[in-house]
Amino acid sequence: MKYFWIFTALVLLISALVDRQKTLRALEIALKRFLSILPAFLEMIVLVSVALALVPPQLLLGLLGGKGRLLGVGIAAGVGSVTVMPGFIAFPLCGILLQRGVPYMILSAFSTTLMMVGVLSYPVEREYFGPRVTVLRNLLAFFIALAVAVATGLVFGEL
Amino acid sequence: MSRRRLVLFLLYGGFLLWGLLKGFGISAEVAHNFWTFSAQMVRILPCAFVLIGLFEVWVRKEAVERHLGRGSGPLGYLWAVLLAATTVGGIYVAFPMAHSLFRKGAKLGVIFTYVGASAICRIPMTVFEASFLGVKFTAVRFLVSLPLLLGRYLEGKGYRMPG
Repeated sequence: MKYFWIFTALVLLISALVDRQKTLRALEIALKRFLSILPAFLEMIVLVSVALALVPPQLLLGLLGGKGRLLGVGIAAGVGSVTVMPGFIAFPLCGILLQRGVPYMILSAFSTTLMMVGVLSYPVEREYFGPRVTVLRNLLAFFIALAVAVATGLVFGEL
Repeated sequence: MSRRRLVLFLLYGGFLLWGLLKGFGISAEVAHNFWTFSAQMVRILPCAFVLIGLFEVWVRKEAVERHLGRGSGPLGYLWAVLLAATTVGGIYVAFPMAHSLFRKGAKLGVIFTYVGASAICRIPMTVFEASFLGVKFTAVRFLVSLPLLLGRYLEGKGYRMPG
């Protein structure tokens, strides 16, 4: 993340050297956009903070392990769609689940929906895309995730 | 701010305060989550919006239209995937960026590809994924999901994003 700040600072500096007027306008746009989307982001953080407290990792482990495979894929896709989790938590968690014997295809359904489908990030996405595009995009992403899970199952010989 | 949101925030704040005073474990956890996620956003969002602001003033509409717009062809999707692979911060950065692209004239299919790809194949995240779940797992995911993302979804049906 440090490099992201350095990179941004460099780009900003170059921009300011080339055209100060344009750069000031860019900053103005940045601030205006940020402030107008802030409530939606706050709403998302509020929802996610509650959801993660209600569904701790141990419970997830219980939900995803142990069931039948196809049922497991369904549950994993559902849980992954609702939950929002940063990658640095999600993939180590998947690593733990794998060691506990959870099949690859279930992890695939879980991690793909986690990244692509966001029920809790709906407040933010709707502000940008509008309700219809948001719902359609999430539905498409959900089916892509299921297709990926099935393909993973075939490749790892779990189906 | 909408009234619904204001009510939600007030309820949330009240719940946290009340829980913390009474010493409920769950509200401490919710507060901790809130803090963690806010800190993460604060690390990502300022840079993201500054870059989007710079994108808005420097990149010409005609250029986006030509490479990512209606007449762009297959190469437009390739650009979308490459842009997504190097996007930092994931979907929270991808949404506003996609919106900027749309305003500059990119077509919906390309935007859909961009948002999807930024969820799947950001470079730092991929390294992380492969190290925990194996290269084979990641390879299958890429090979199946990326082609499915390339398509004219949502195009020509009159769907529009809010300006």
